[in-house]
Amino acid sequence: MTSVSIAEPPPRPGPGRRLSTFFFRHPRVRLWTLLALPVLWLGVVYIGSLLVLLLSAFWTADPFTAKLVHEFTLDNFRRVIETPVYRDVAFRTIRMAALVTLACAVLAFPLAYYMARIASTRTRNLLVVAVLMPLWGSYLVKAYAWRTILSGEGAINWALGPFGVSFNGFSNTGLWLVFTYLWLPFMVLPIYAGLERIPQSLLEASSDLGGRSVRTFFRVTLPLVFPAVVAGSIFTFSLTLGDYIAPTLISSDQFIGTVIYREYGTALPFAAAYAMVPIVVIVAYLLVARKLKAFESL
Amino acid sequence: MRVNRRAAVLVALGLLVAALAVVAAGCGGGDDGGDVSTELEGLGTSLEEIQDLARQEGEVNLIQWPGYSVLTDEFTSATGCKVNTKDGASSDDMIALLQSGAYDGGSFSGNASVRLMTTGDVAPVNTEFITNFADIQEGIQGQDYNSLDGQPYGVPHGRGPNYLMFRTDQVPEDTDTWGVIWEDDQLAKYKGKISIYDDSIFIADAALYLMATQPDLGIEDPYQLSQEQFDAAVALLKKQAPFVGEYWPGDVVKQIQSYTNGDSVVGTTWPYQYLALTKENVPVAGIKPREGTTGWSDTWMISSNAGNPNCMYLWMDHMASPEAQAVVAEGFGEAPVNLKACDLTTNPNHCEDFHADDESWWEDVYYWTTPAQDCNDDDDSTTCMTQADWKAAWTEIRG
Repeated sequence: MTSVSIAEPPPRPGPGRRLSTFFFRHPRVRLWTLLALPVLWLGVVYIGSLLVLLLSAFWTADPFTAKLVHEFTLDNFRRVIETPVYRDVAFRTIRMAALVTLACAVLAFPLAYYMARIASTRTRNLLVVAVLMPLWGSYLVKAYAWRTILSGEGAINWALGPFGVSFNGFSNTGLWLVFTYLWLPFMVLPIYAGLERIPQSLLEASSDLGGRSVRTFFRVTLPLVFPAVVAGSIFTFSLTLGDYIAPTLISSDQFIGTVIYREYGTALPFAAAYAMVPIVVIVAYLLVARKLKAFESL
Repeated sequence: MRVNRRAAVLVALGLLVAALAVVAAGCGGGDDGGDVSTELEGLGTSLEEIQDLARQEGEVNLIQWPGYSVLTDEFTSATGCKVNTKDGASSDDMIALLQSGAYDGGSFSGNASVRLMTTGDVAPVNTEFITNFADIQEGIQGQDYNSLDGQPYGVPHGRGPNYLMFRTDQVPEDTDTWGVIWEDDQLAKYKGKISIYDDSIFIADAALYLMATQPDLGIEDPYQLSQEQFDAAVALLKKQAPFVGEYWPGDVVKQIQSYTNGDSVVGTTWPYQYLALTKENVPVAGIKPREGTTGWSDTWMISSNAGNPNCMYLWMDHMASPEAQAVVAEGFGEAPVNLKACDLTTNPNHCEDFHADDESWWEDVYYWTTPAQDCNDDDDSTTCMTQADWKAAWTEIRG
């Protein structure tokens, strides 16, 4: 070190400061440093594993040894399309997903409306907690709890007993109840958020222009909140489409998930081909949802 | 096509690595005496060395039927190997688990073990290192589901029957036929309350009933069926399907709950569920009906890629010991294969109850095995329905 000059140079910046300067000068590096981990996760782990799965749909598995045979073939897809039982299972699953979505929407809308528009802050908070609470419990525990409720000796039949009615809970009707229960929060929350987002001024404007409450609801509120309903339905629909645990526990019928679960062990390629069915259905559903502007409400 | 080529390159690389590994493993081998080498990468060459190496491994990862691994704490303190288990739901499930490469071995039934020996996913064992092997019943040794060309591929675990189980307050107590789950009038009577094992292997149970009731079909082995025999069995199952209340996919909890609540009153089960229900004082009976039954004779086998081969050898020996055999035979409800266990069971009559030493009782118990295209016989003129046919048919039956 030489002598100290009179005009003192600015103090050498610390490493943190230098790093920040570096990132400021290189915005691209900054962006990629920020995104590296999520991109790696989404691109490699998430999309990558899906691609490998789909790729295996073009192979076959030796039925005796369960080893993969790496020869390109479309047989798996042919089997999916041509075998009636797989078509039946797919339609049954899609119908279930649609019915569950409908039930969730019908149940969730009034609740969300009450939460967003009528309830006091205190009640609203309580309701939000109440809606979220089932999500804190383990899925499996809830499904088994429902087995107890739906049983021939369970709560539902106990309540129906005095009327001389009995209800076969371990059926697709029972499964529909369970799914509706399981996925309801995923419908309530988007609708609630959608309703909250509607400015009070719009409703006032409607009433200033002579719109009665019913008309305001159908002409103003509903169109504005509809994308939120579609957004919620994406969750309820896709969750139902892919689930295999509740169907195994509650119903005796096969669903897409249970078929895949049975096949994946020793016939992975066929399971992969069949997994294309829900993927195609969901992609179609999402395209429709985009048309209905649902993604702006997510 | 580009994607495919890249995948092909990856696969080729993977195969190359695997081939190199095999070569490397082969190079480490010495002479063994037998025709088949029981050498395994990392396995000690004497019992003492195995015990030493096991302490270094410190764990063993097992695929098991629910409730199969017993006295694990005792095993850990004796050998230093911590025991991690994973329950399999079906033989298919267990094959998939073993092929994942994450496990050192498992307890396999005949419909898994035959396939695993063929593929080489499990390794032949050197019984010199299994001190309890000599005590295993001779009738169980050297069967086609636990050895290949006379070379043992594992240590027998025990055998048991699939029971007909029914609630004695709902079904006549003197029922002694599978007819209660197959005949029209009986099906109508128990509609919605029938509990059936959810796996393609259950087709054999239909074939077994046809063996007794329709001798014209000429079924000799319920697992090796000609097209005509197979179609008859599938037709029987399709007739049954609308009356079934519940298919249980190896989920013992689900079935126990159903019988406790009375949602299921008759069906097929493992002795495990039957014993559990009896303990809860649920009025059930579990029997081998007069037509005979299907069953299993299971074997602990070691994966040919076992990461902890030494702990696995000690584990196979442990499960063959009189102490472990006694506990597991009583716990799961099966016959031990090491009869020294019979003196140690808490119920002194357990071995008699489960006919451990009574070969004649087992004559009409058909152990699970794999359907094979060549019918598993020497006759070249016959062909049978394959595993793939069975699986496809089961999906059809389930609808």
